[in-house]
Amino acid sequence: MEVEATSIAVAVAGPTRWQRIAGTDTVWRLCLLLGAALIALPVVVVVASLWQPYSPVWQHLLDTVLADYVVNSLLLMAGVGLGTLVLGVSSAWLTAMCEFPGRRFFTWALLLPMAMPAYIIAYTYTGLLDFAGPLQTALRDTFGWRYGEYWFPEIRSLGGAICMLSLVLYPYVYLLVRVAFTEQSTALLEASRSLGRGPWRTFFGVALPVARPAIAAGVSLVLMEALADYGTVDYFGVSTFTTGIFRTWYGLGELTTAAQLASLLLLFVFVLFALERLSRQRLRFHHGTVSKAIQRIPLRGWRAAGTCAWLALILLAAFVIPTTQLALWAGTHWRSSVDAGFMTLVSNTFMLAAIASLCCLAVALFLAYGKRLFPDWLTVVAVRTAGMGYAVPGTVIAVGVLIPFAWLDNHIDLLMQENFGMPTGLLLSGSLVALLFAYVVRFLSVSLQTVESGLSRIGSSLDESARSLGASAGGVLRRVHLPILRGSLLTALLLVFVDVLKELPATLILRPFNFNTLAVRAFELASDERLAAAATPALAIVLIGLLPVILLNRGMTAGEDGHG
Amino acid sequence: MLTAFFARRARHLLIALVLVSLSLVAPAFAADTVNVYSARKEALIKPLLDRFSAETGVTVNLVTGKGDALLTRLQAEGRNSPADVLITTDAGRLYRAQEAGVLQAVESDTLLREVPAHLRSPQNQWFGLSVRARAIVYATDRVNASELSTYEDLADPRWKGRICIRSSSNIYNQSLVAGMLATQGVASTDAWLAAFVPNFARPPQGGDRDQVLAVAAGQCDIAVVNSYYLGAMITSGEPTQQAAAEQVAIFWPNQDGRGTHVNISGAGVVGSSKNRAQAIALIEFLARDDSQQWYAEANNEYPVRPDIAPSALLQSWGEFKADQVDASELGRVNSAALMAMDRARWK
Repeated sequence: MEVEATSIAVAVAGPTRWQRIAGTDTVWRLCLLLGAALIALPVVVVVASLWQPYSPVWQHLLDTVLADYVVNSLLLMAGVGLGTLVLGVSSAWLTAMCEFPGRRFFTWALLLPMAMPAYIIAYTYTGLLDFAGPLQTALRDTFGWRYGEYWFPEIRSLGGAICMLSLVLYPYVYLLVRVAFTEQSTALLEASRSLGRGPWRTFFGVALPVARPAIAAGVSLVLMEALADYGTVDYFGVSTFTTGIFRTWYGLGELTTAAQLASLLLLFVFVLFALERLSRQRLRFHHGTVSKAIQRIPLRGWRAAGTCAWLALILLAAFVIPTTQLALWAGTHWRSSVDAGFMTLVSNTFMLAAIASLCCLAVALFLAYGKRLFPDWLTVVAVRTAGMGYAVPGTVIAVGVLIPFAWLDNHIDLLMQENFGMPTGLLLSGSLVALLFAYVVRFLSVSLQTVESGLSRIGSSLDESARSLGASAGGVLRRVHLPILRGSLLTALLLVFVDVLKELPATLILRPFNFNTLAVRAFELASDERLAAAATPALAIVLIGLLPVILLNRGMTAGEDGHG
Repeated sequence: MLTAFFARRARHLLIALVLVSLSLVAPAFAADTVNVYSARKEALIKPLLDRFSAETGVTVNLVTGKGDALLTRLQAEGRNSPADVLITTDAGRLYRAQEAGVLQAVESDTLLREVPAHLRSPQNQWFGLSVRARAIVYATDRVNASELSTYEDLADPRWKGRICIRSSSNIYNQSLVAGMLATQGVASTDAWLAAFVPNFARPPQGGDRDQVLAVAAGQCDIAVVNSYYLGAMITSGEPTQQAAAEQVAIFWPNQDGRGTHVNISGAGVVGSSKNRAQAIALIEFLARDDSQQWYAEANNEYPVRPDIAPSALLQSWGEFKADQVDASELGRVNSAALMAMDRARWK
């Protein structure tokens, strides 16, 4: 009876007591640092390899291939960065700030390519443009040319890899920058126009600089993904830093050296982004007023036609052509691939993507908001490190998840066996928990960048007024920030959802027994060089990716078109 | 007060946690189960595993993945790993698993009898189950079979700009060079690579089928590929692939010397296995007559057992002498082979 009474007393006393503590900054900060540390753990495990002994293989790498890896990776980065910048910013500006026939269609259609895994688009274009492909064969047959007698762009090259990655990655820039453009104060743009600046000078002089945090966020994501890409560059025979990591691990059997290489890649990305942030540290990008509905610039005649042609070209190259090729391949094979097991693949994939994107959003919101509350260096570094998982190839980060989880499991097992005589085996390793955790580690950056770039556009004066009116930190987030951030939050959800749909390496190494996803199925068939059979699961990934795109489009346009 | 509350509840919580987790992991430890980590793709192993389940009533749980990733998972999971059997598609990975100490020796008269000595671990920790041959494929309208002889001969200047082969990241190229290292030594392998790589028609790219397609399209005259890919193209049912396959023929190199290079797919029992008997039974099953025939029928691989006749298609390519170098030796020199390829700038 007495025990009962105490626990009831605790239950009653508990909440108020906790509420009081949770209100204080110390607990906020502690949770923030612990949360960030947990997410950063796999990255730390990988980077810890730098303190392990350096194998003689390093000398061999320096003597032979490392220079190639570095140069190719830098070129790939520069190319994909530039490509996505041009494609993403131009399409974002045109659909956000101009009015032309078909604008509503392009607004959502331009998101479609993001559901296309990079290595799949690489397969489809290789099938089309390769020397042995239908296009070149037709040219040879028509003109009687032979090998070496004519010039044709080589798809399997560094340039080809840059094109493929730019085509599927530009939606990151498009999405983030478009949100920034629509949330920009129209007053600013009108002021520029009324002071006599033309549309071009307004774009380059005002709109672009103000959208810089969003552009930086989008391009950072793109660069991290491009650097960590393995499938595309490996298929094209381009030796990048990432293919080098895997050659070192698989070919030379040097996991530690591979982890050291991955750590260097990570440090490089860390420094690069730190420099970018430093360069805009003194700048503030928020506007005081919540903008009224956008006055779009009406485009007519050849301007409208040119705009449509440009956007249609992007859509054609990044989505219509590869999807058509996939559909043609799938057309001959889908009967053998669509069975009961296939529906399980679909539901597994969908479930993982949905749960992971929600988890990522929650963690990102927590960390981004915490960093806004406590922008001291420790918090900033912790949050930044937690967001580094995106720059590491998926397989490497998966190993960073595997090792601490297995360590923990084995120690719990030992403890339970010694104290209770009950061995527990592995609890988390090889479970979906470990896999979901890996997704959060890998994709946190995507949601974090999106949420942060959204938060950065909200003036701190808003926080201050709300707090002075008696709202708690949590209250400000819930009642002030979340409604304003709706677009950014939806974007974050969609981006992670689609990323998890496509995710392969971490899924491959961490998944439980008898558990497969569409990406795993597509990869297994494609790596067995059965491209046509791989088309059905690949096409399913693209189709499932459409779903959130449509939802996001509703959420995105509801706000801006509501007022006409 | 709070601390006292949690201290009292701790044991209950812990026990509840353990029970919940046990229910989650239980399937992997059920009595009649065997858990498989396989680098063979699901489509190329699951049918056999299903057949084993149907015959014996033993449930087979499967995770597929890349050999080295599975090995890393095994090492991290340590003594509590649920895995019983590791299947790989290359002797090098089996050798590495043995070196890492995650496999155990198996005393099986069946396996010792059926699997030739050079295709299993000298310590009986792993056993080859199918053989994959790396052959030369040539364009029948531009190359006469009499011009072909050995891998070594492909370094001759007359092949300049005529050879297609994929990247040195590919394990079967690594094991081809490992085979040369093991039999010819470092100096002559380095010399061969230095002359062979400049003969490439294009920078290495794509998979083995792509090399065959390039030969058929006229970009190069010969390619070095695993024979089962040519078989897969012939049986693919796709007109372009079949048309390309018809324009080429297969040649077995080094028939007057050491023999054509072969690698194996194989399996071993995991050291911490909790279902040892079932694990051994499964590997024995994979070495049985009908399973051996299945490898050939399903994926155009050669049986590991000399007494089993390969499929009709494989027989149509003629018999060949395979290099008898120890599979474990290929694994031992694999990294040296890749370093030699790096030095020769084989991308």
